[in-house]
Amino acid sequence: MSSNHSKRLWMYAQMVKSRYFEDMIKPAYFEGKTPVFNMAKGPLPGEMHLSDGQEPCAVGVCAHLRADDTVTATHRPHHIAIAKGVDLNAMAAEIFGKKDGLAGGRSGHMHLFDPAVNFSCSGIIAQGMGPAVGAAMAARMQGSDAVAVAFLGEGAANQGAFHESLNLASVWKAPVVFVIEDNSYGISVPKSACTAIASNVDRAAGYAMPGHHVSGNDPDGVYEAAGIAIERARSGSGPSLIEIETSRLEGHFMGDPEGYRPKDEVKRLKEIDPIPAYRSRLVKEGFEESELARVEKEARALVEQAFSYARSNDYPEPKEAFDHVFA
Amino acid sequence: MSLPDATVEKPAAERRLTIAKAMSEAIGQEMERDPSVLVMGEDIGKMGGVFGTTTGLFEKFGAERVRDTPISETAFIGAAVGMAASGLRPVVELMFVDFFGVCMDAIYNLAAKQSYFSGGKISCPMVLMTSVGGGYGDAGQHSQCLYATFGHLPGMKVVIPSNAHDAKGLMLSAIRDDNPVIFMFHKALQGMGWLGTVAGSINDTPESDYLVPIGKASIVREGSDITIVGLGATVHQALTAAENLAKTGINAEIIDLRTIAPLDRETIFASASKTGRLLVVDDDYLSFGIGAEIIASVCEALPDPLKCPPQRIAHPDIPIPFTPVMEHFLLPDAGKIEGRVRAMLGENT
Repeated sequence: MSSNHSKRLWMYAQMVKSRYFEDMIKPAYFEGKTPVFNMAKGPLPGEMHLSDGQEPCAVGVCAHLRADDTVTATHRPHHIAIAKGVDLNAMAAEIFGKKDGLAGGRSGHMHLFDPAVNFSCSGIIAQGMGPAVGAAMAARMQGSDAVAVAFLGEGAANQGAFHESLNLASVWKAPVVFVIEDNSYGISVPKSACTAIASNVDRAAGYAMPGHHVSGNDPDGVYEAAGIAIERARSGSGPSLIEIETSRLEGHFMGDPEGYRPKDEVKRLKEIDPIPAYRSRLVKEGFEESELARVEKEARALVEQAFSYARSNDYPEPKEAFDHVFA
Repeated sequence: MSLPDATVEKPAAERRLTIAKAMSEAIGQEMERDPSVLVMGEDIGKMGGVFGTTTGLFEKFGAERVRDTPISETAFIGAAVGMAASGLRPVVELMFVDFFGVCMDAIYNLAAKQSYFSGGKISCPMVLMTSVGGGYGDAGQHSQCLYATFGHLPGMKVVIPSNAHDAKGLMLSAIRDDNPVIFMFHKALQGMGWLGTVAGSINDTPESDYLVPIGKASIVREGSDITIVGLGATVHQALTAAENLAKTGINAEIIDLRTIAPLDRETIFASASKTGRLLVVDDDYLSFGIGAEIIASVCEALPDPLKCPPQRIAHPDIPIPFTPVMEHFLLPDAGKIEGRVRAMLGENT
């Protein structure tokens, strides 16, 4: 088995795991919230941003990463967390607000922090970028060849933090890679209505770093571009920008009526869903059905185990809210 | 006094609006009246605002005056300052108050100081509206109030309506005000069904053009035993607590602040003098907050001490946690208010 074979199988497995995770969230999220949708109710309170459709971005990049590499993710973090190896049980428990969740129920789905694999999120647009530059510099100053990757949405590329972080990373030759998941919507506003240029990859030139554009929501394309960028970072040659065309198969948040989106768009996007498309490609290229079925079964079992763990885990004591305000 | 029949208007049927509808109606009416008014922000166009604050305006006024912005708060709030200095009256939305960090400079160094730095020659007539408040499991970056943060910064006004009637009148006042006005609307009161709206926030809201003055608190319940000061969502919690207290003969007077900058201290002083007891209920962080400011002001101003030490209920000084068991343990509610009032009276009766 070639390493390429095993990497691709790994990428497929992580995509499937992420999708099962989201598929299990969907019914759980609506428990107790209807007939009149109330975000506060049920076992999964608050906003929920699903990442189904965006799995190729996470797996193609994280396939090159080690546990000591840092990843900062966005408010839509599940696929990235899973691909980075965040503890699935603790992640599920956190989303359910339970005591053995990553933060003991304090942070919830938008703020998953797992120091064991150097993973964190911010619910504020573009605000993971500066910390990624910092983590990259820390690794270099500490004599490690670890790198950092900041994931962001295409809307974040219009934030000041985007431009400042790219410039700073370039000036410092930081071992960092900026990955734009371009799903073409910032909540309701299409990219064409809020971004002055057609392709954010062109902005890399403004900060003297290479830019890679990946079309077609393609895991192999992401893997290839990320390999070049991460190798460049790891070898001390500085930062890169990767822009990935991807798609958001759900609304901005669960319960989003999506009045801003053409009615047939989601249907069309589901027809080109990257997971079945990748599966077909793998089969066509010689992967055994039985092998794919095995990773699917394993992924499903892990996700089911995580949800069962999360549901049966206790809630924290309310007074534990006072712990950890300070280190 | 009796009036001739001809001048007695039949009372119009109640128009019960949500705060969201009252806000969008006020903005729309003011856009019709004054061509210099425009709206900008994230998702305020076709979507009508994530919290319904601009519903219908895009269809009515078009993309020139109802502008969706990129996620570029430093730029568009800075741009609003420039527009305001140049004769326009922008109404700008930044979805969550928790997001203000990225553009604070444009707010407290540009907008709020424009009049002062120009010796009064340039004003900054802009409204910045934003959502506040937790209680629905959205954790520490989407649940804060930060009232006191904005109340602390000189040069701008800060309003926080607790109901639709006041929201409309305050919005009209805010747009016509020549100063920057931060308009903070509480998610639990907004009238978005998915956020579980408190019923008392939906009330009779005239279609006519009327102003609720900025800087004037409202006594929403008269009483003789204790003054409870609330704002936004805590006004409704105080009202519920007062109903329960009344069953055992305790009469609470409730003040709805409506504005925290400027703060209507006179109304608070008069009420606290009358009742002799004071409790402030705030869902912002406790320390350096609204409660501290009000209690300090009362202690400085009143010649005679109160019957018992003034008290405050607020969110403790910790980030808002995600899990409901922790969040509801920490946020103020009617039960906590009732208990605190009984304790305050028990100590002195």
